[in-house]
Amino acid sequence: MDLLYYPGCTLKTSAKSLERTAFKVMESLGHRLVEMDEWNCCGVVASLTEDDLMHHLAPLRNLIHAQDQGYQKIVALCDMCCNTLKQTNLRVAQNEDDLDTLNSFMDKESDYRKSVSVQHVLEFLRDDVSFKVLKKKVKKPLKGLKLMPYYGCTMLRPRQVAIDDPEEPTILSDLSRALGAETVDNPYKIECCGSYHTIKNKEIVRKRAATITGYATQRGADAIILSCPLCQYNIDTRGKEAEGSIEGHIQIPVFYYPQLMAIAMGMDPSDCAFEKNAVDPARVLKERGIIK
Amino acid sequence: MSDNETIQGSAENVEADINCEIPEKGTYRIYIMGKAYDVPVGLTIMKAIEFAGYQFIRSCGCRAGFCGACSTVYRKEDEQKLHFALACQTLVEEGMYLVQIPFVPATKAKYDIYDLKPEENTILSLYPEIAKCVSCNTCTKACPQDIKVMMYIQNSLRGNIAKAAELSFDCIQCGMCAMRCPADIKHYHVGQLARRLYGKYLDDESQDLKKRMQEMRDGVWDEEIDKLVDMDEDAIVELYKERKIEARGDLDKDCKEGN
Amino acid sequence: MNETKPSGGNISELPDLNGTLAEEVKELCDEAFTGCYQCGTCSAGCPYVEEMDLTPDEVIRYIILDKKEVLLSKTIWLCSACFTCAERCPRDINITKLMETLRQLDLRNRMDEMALEDISPEEYNTIPQIAFVSLFRKNIG
Repeated sequence: MDLLYYPGCTLKTSAKSLERTAFKVMESLGHRLVEMDEWNCCGVVASLTEDDLMHHLAPLRNLIHAQDQGYQKIVALCDMCCNTLKQTNLRVAQNEDDLDTLNSFMDKESDYRKSVSVQHVLEFLRDDVSFKVLKKKVKKPLKGLKLMPYYGCTMLRPRQVAIDDPEEPTILSDLSRALGAETVDNPYKIECCGSYHTIKNKEIVRKRAATITGYATQRGADAIILSCPLCQYNIDTRGKEAEGSIEGHIQIPVFYYPQLMAIAMGMDPSDCAFEKNAVDPARVLKERGIIK
Repeated sequence: MSDNETIQGSAENVEADINCEIPEKGTYRIYIMGKAYDVPVGLTIMKAIEFAGYQFIRSCGCRAGFCGACSTVYRKEDEQKLHFALACQTLVEEGMYLVQIPFVPATKAKYDIYDLKPEENTILSLYPEIAKCVSCNTCTKACPQDIKVMMYIQNSLRGNIAKAAELSFDCIQCGMCAMRCPADIKHYHVGQLARRLYGKYLDDESQDLKKRMQEMRDGVWDEEIDKLVDMDEDAIVELYKERKIEARGDLDKDCKEGN
Repeated sequence: MNETKPSGGNISELPDLNGTLAEEVKELCDEAFTGCYQCGTCSAGCPYVEEMDLTPDEVIRYIILDKKEVLLSKTIWLCSACFTCAERCPRDINITKLMETLRQLDLRNRMDEMALEDISPEEYNTIPQIAFVSLFRKNIG
């Protein structure tokens, strides 16, 4: 099936590895991610004041483009983008007046008719493909690999746009187990990675990366599995930096879930863009005998 | 650009060019910075302002729609919408309420093009305000050249330098986009950086140019250039009069081999 | 002109407000913050509470008591809108929205938390775009 895909700026730059591997994985499942003809930055993060409509223009414009292209659904890989698009979609669905104002401001574009829904690729895998089907496609089960699923914020909160339970999510651990890996729980799995503080408050982010990773290694995890490009950067890159400043901290590899899906489905590690990871992920896979 | 030379003094000649009612009096009432003037139908805004007695010391340049100096903002009386145009290219209309913006304060980032790499974050690092774009499209609506301004900014943000260069090609740096932007982005500088990066690092090299440059280094054209330098003025004028004009098809016979 | 003000600045730098802090906040976010009974759940779950000068439940108290110096706290800028507090509040108060409102009261009064020039070209070249887009959205007016 062809799915209309919204990339977002980061998937085209620092998170190219996520996009590339996701494309390959979806293809082998019989689905094609078709990039939108025209799209703009979604303007993370969703604006929260009552009177601020301007910051809803960016996400709304993407919904209109999808509508114009004749699709009823957009899928997104980036957690933050997905969250922002969903929040705007919700806002205009619940506020007819706001939608009218936004539509009339964008006088050169067609009116948004609330006809497009937004889905995270993980949701698609769970609900439309099903992890059962996915399990059947696994050629190299990730046996012996202990993963700590990390969810972050934007996938789960606010509740109205969550793709899983905000306090006890299971989607990434279900996916990990479908791929043959073991999972390790962690009280910090849903706690914020530091988000944009990675620019001006790097030490805070290093501390968060160390805390999140610390609990994971304490419980025997080999690696972390996650979805969001900013979380990946914060835990992987800043976590590696924290090895110098936070005593006793060793950063374990941080995988995007499509990277592990690709390995489990028998693809070559060279297709997984591991070189973009700060902490080399190939080593732990070799140690567990999953790749050579 | 094309119609200027056919507009004569009387209203009848321009009927085909303007699709609106031509008043019997043959003039339009316009307001220049709030003051009312009656100007002949068929003049451009620039000529109308001069007709009204003003002399341009700013906001006037090539008079041909290329330099971007004569940015004009106007409203029509009783209309809500704000319009943006080039004074030298736009004809006056009844009830035009106008002003000019001769200069837009947009400092250019300092960089050495030789030191830059055409990477994804290059434009962002020199003009970080592009990350503040809210996709409101106000810039596109303010552009007198029909450029998709917001899209070239978006492409710069996502590191697609080639697309940003292509989309911003017609930009004449009039500044209207920058004036209107709620995020204080300096669009035309961003577009120029994209085009410079593209031209220097990403575009194909012109093989014809390379070949010609090498010929010059090898002295192939030295004799002909020397002849021209030594020629007297009358002979040069004759040569010029007899030159081949491509648009007239004079080169068609020669052009078969791509000469 | 937007000025960058340091977090925790002094009282003379407060933005001009038309009414009481509670009135201004109510207008911008329409949350029933007076229902807060100081249970502390928000602060307990906040990832940045250790670096903050005021805890989230103190912030709510400050709004109610019209203590405008909350607008100069480090807390409102440390909040990254992770929504943990909003999800867990037993009184269904959207504390994330309250924090955003306080930030907006500063930003709309031309008190930015940072300037674009504060970030080095090296940082612009390595950190993911999404961090800049969200940082500017929350910290610059």
